[in-house]
Amino acid sequence: MRGRWIRTAAAGLLGLSVCLLSACGRQTAAVIIAGSTSVQPYAEVLAEDYALLRPDKLIDIQGGGSSAGITAVESGAADLGMSSRKLKESEQGLWSVEIAKDGLAVIVNPASPVGDLTLDQICGIYAADIQNWSELGGPDAKIHIITREEGSGTRSAFEELVMGDRRITNKAIVQDSNGAMRQLVADDPHSIGFISLGLVNVGERPVKAIRIDGVAPTRENVLDGSYSLFRSFLFVARSRPEGPALQFIEFIFSPGGRLLLSGEGLIAE
Amino acid sequence: MKKFKEKLSGRVFFALALSSISALALITVFIIVNGVPLIAEVGVGNFIFGMSWAPSRGEFGIFPMIVGSVAVTLGAAAIGVPVGICCSIFLAEFAPAPLRNLFRPAIQLLAGIPSVVYGFWGLLFLVPFIRNYLGGPGLSLLAGAVILGIMILPTVISISEVSILALPRQYKEGALALGMTHWQTIRSVILPSARSGIVAAVILGIGRAIGETMAVIMVLGNAVAMPASILDPVRTLTTNIGIEMGYASGPHQQALFATGIVLFVIIMILNASAQYITRKR
Amino acid sequence: MRINPRTTGKIAKVLIWAAALSVLVVLVAIILYILFKGMPFINWRFLTDIPRSMGRSGGIAPAIAGTAMVSLVAIVIAVPFGIGTAFYLAEYTRGNAVTRIIRFSAESLAAIPSIVYGLFGFLFFVIYLDLGWSVLSGGLTLAFMILPTVIRTSEEAILTVPNTYREVSFSLGGTKWQTIRKAVFPSAIQGIANGVILSLGRCVAETAAVILTAGSALRMASSLFSPTRTMAVHFYYLAREGISMDNAYATAALLILLIFLINVVANAFVNRTMAKGR
Repeated sequence: MRGRWIRTAAAGLLGLSVCLLSACGRQTAAVIIAGSTSVQPYAEVLAEDYALLRPDKLIDIQGGGSSAGITAVESGAADLGMSSRKLKESEQGLWSVEIAKDGLAVIVNPASPVGDLTLDQICGIYAADIQNWSELGGPDAKIHIITREEGSGTRSAFEELVMGDRRITNKAIVQDSNGAMRQLVADDPHSIGFISLGLVNVGERPVKAIRIDGVAPTRENVLDGSYSLFRSFLFVARSRPEGPALQFIEFIFSPGGRLLLSGEGLIAE
Repeated sequence: MKKFKEKLSGRVFFALALSSISALALITVFIIVNGVPLIAEVGVGNFIFGMSWAPSRGEFGIFPMIVGSVAVTLGAAAIGVPVGICCSIFLAEFAPAPLRNLFRPAIQLLAGIPSVVYGFWGLLFLVPFIRNYLGGPGLSLLAGAVILGIMILPTVISISEVSILALPRQYKEGALALGMTHWQTIRSVILPSARSGIVAAVILGIGRAIGETMAVIMVLGNAVAMPASILDPVRTLTTNIGIEMGYASGPHQQALFATGIVLFVIIMILNASAQYITRKR
Repeated sequence: MRINPRTTGKIAKVLIWAAALSVLVVLVAIILYILFKGMPFINWRFLTDIPRSMGRSGGIAPAIAGTAMVSLVAIVIAVPFGIGTAFYLAEYTRGNAVTRIIRFSAESLAAIPSIVYGLFGFLFFVIYLDLGWSVLSGGLTLAFMILPTVIRTSEEAILTVPNTYREVSFSLGGTKWQTIRKAVFPSAIQGIANGVILSLGRCVAETAAVILTAGSALRMASSLFSPTRTMAVHFYYLAREGISMDNAYATAALLILLIFLINVVANAFVNRTMAKGR
């Protein structure tokens, strides 16, 4: 009689799945947003709060990278694109707005005595001209260079702002997210990395952000232009947005939205 | 009616079987169609033996990753294979029943745990240990090899054990009757007779090691350079795909599909040889 | 110099015991450590709440739902194809060219790394069929991935059904279909169920293939076309990015418990089959 029991269970499972599958019709989101994975976490936090405000207007957020997001906007697959890079010549026809600035912090382990570097020194480290912390006033230890993977917006911002036409050495350790990079620097006393300024103090163990040419990476210094490592986070649309997309952007620029972004560490004034 | 059902059921089973195998064809075709254009453009030699990987500058050489995959896998085999074979001998020949009954489900659990959990464990213990006591950044070929060595154990153990247990009882009884000790019997009768099964187990274990992605992303360090020592960070073919797929577009994305083709070919060769060896038995 | 065979035997025995016990110790250490660190944080709120601020606090309900939905899709799709193929292999052909091709394909499918399944799923389901990162894309990709497991375990289960069952059925005038349905299938079902449950375990544990096809959205999936995040993927992000170690341990502990449960259930099916006195 065990056969019957199993058959009943199987039929039940099948029935359950049919119910579940049919219950999920294609529910359309009010706004589809796609693009940069650097912007994505902030957009998710915004959407999380927006859902409390307007539970009827679902916001769907997907990653894919800045270029993918811009392509999705051009093709109409997404209403809004997120970009952590400037628009290219060919993309100038699109509508865009800077939702916030994001500083780029060069970070080391808190145990490291090094706290101040010049832009040239950082470039030298990443080009593997400088390989030992003793050359920079630190202990006699090999520098463990950490970079982001090819294609990352943070990496291309770093290359543009710091490296110029020099290459990041291929001996560098590669991590595929701000969080992973931060985690590793917090672990390894001889490492150096770079992450979003907003994420320096987010995490369970501390890392130390380095002063560059004597200027501390703070939001004030980014705003007054003395700290040069920053980039813009853009929202992009095919044309000036209307309806739910516009309402979401208005929410981002409302005092509540500004506070939320600043609270997450971005520079949104 | 009976005849009709009979015919229909046969056809349905055949159709199901056919669609199952077309899965392989579909996968092969899709990966190849999407990856081959880039290989053709770059050139097979430049792609496979190229030393520089910088997709943003149009450089697509994956040789350091092939070396990385081979090195990590050999390391994993060096750790996992002897230990795994010892365990299978233990299970088949030495283990008292209660221990065996604990061991087998444990191995099954070991096989079922998500690979990211192993990676996490490596990140928590192995990487700091290597950094503090052996030197280097900790994220290294060695860390990857140890984690993979542990991860291939279930494959090696279960397949070797099955092939040892499948031997006719007379082999062992005959050897013991000739006055051989238990160990002599194992060494000169059991292991040689189970050889093809054990070799297949090793090859499948190696296949698993080459194909693993998430656990090794966490502990290998992923640098695209030839490793000079086992304490250097390396990148494998799988981690190249796993780490860069998120942002890639255009030729960069195609290059990752092309990396998939190379991986696919390596796995197919390994798998075909494992099947050939088991069939010969 | 010749060493006494008894001495070599003793040395070998010690080495083998040492290897086996160290494996057992390492395994138990990994599992217990994570359970020990994670269990205190598993509570009703953790299981039912949505993640707050990217998983720093709150629970993992959407990841649990995502895991269930993706696995369910995979099982519902893979099981009919897998069992059908197994019956075809075991009952309709005996070692001809077609069988060899099917078997070769199944074994090759089993050997393909999950990241390649992920690539394929991304190309085929996400891009080509335009399903996007979704529950459906993830589930279909996993269905491809578990297909060989379902085929192999089902075929083994069917082959262990004694031939006398078939002979009796045929001698009573049963057709092949009736024999399969009335004699073979009922005796093989527990073995088949074992395989299906083990495949469920693979779905739950998979990360690489799901991350590329189901996406990583934190929101509760509202339909088959919504992107979602499974528990394994959520754990990967929590652990790798140091978002919250407590939640990472708790998620890992939950995954281990789930896999353990799945194994226990699967083994119960096998033991029952054995108890039936084959």
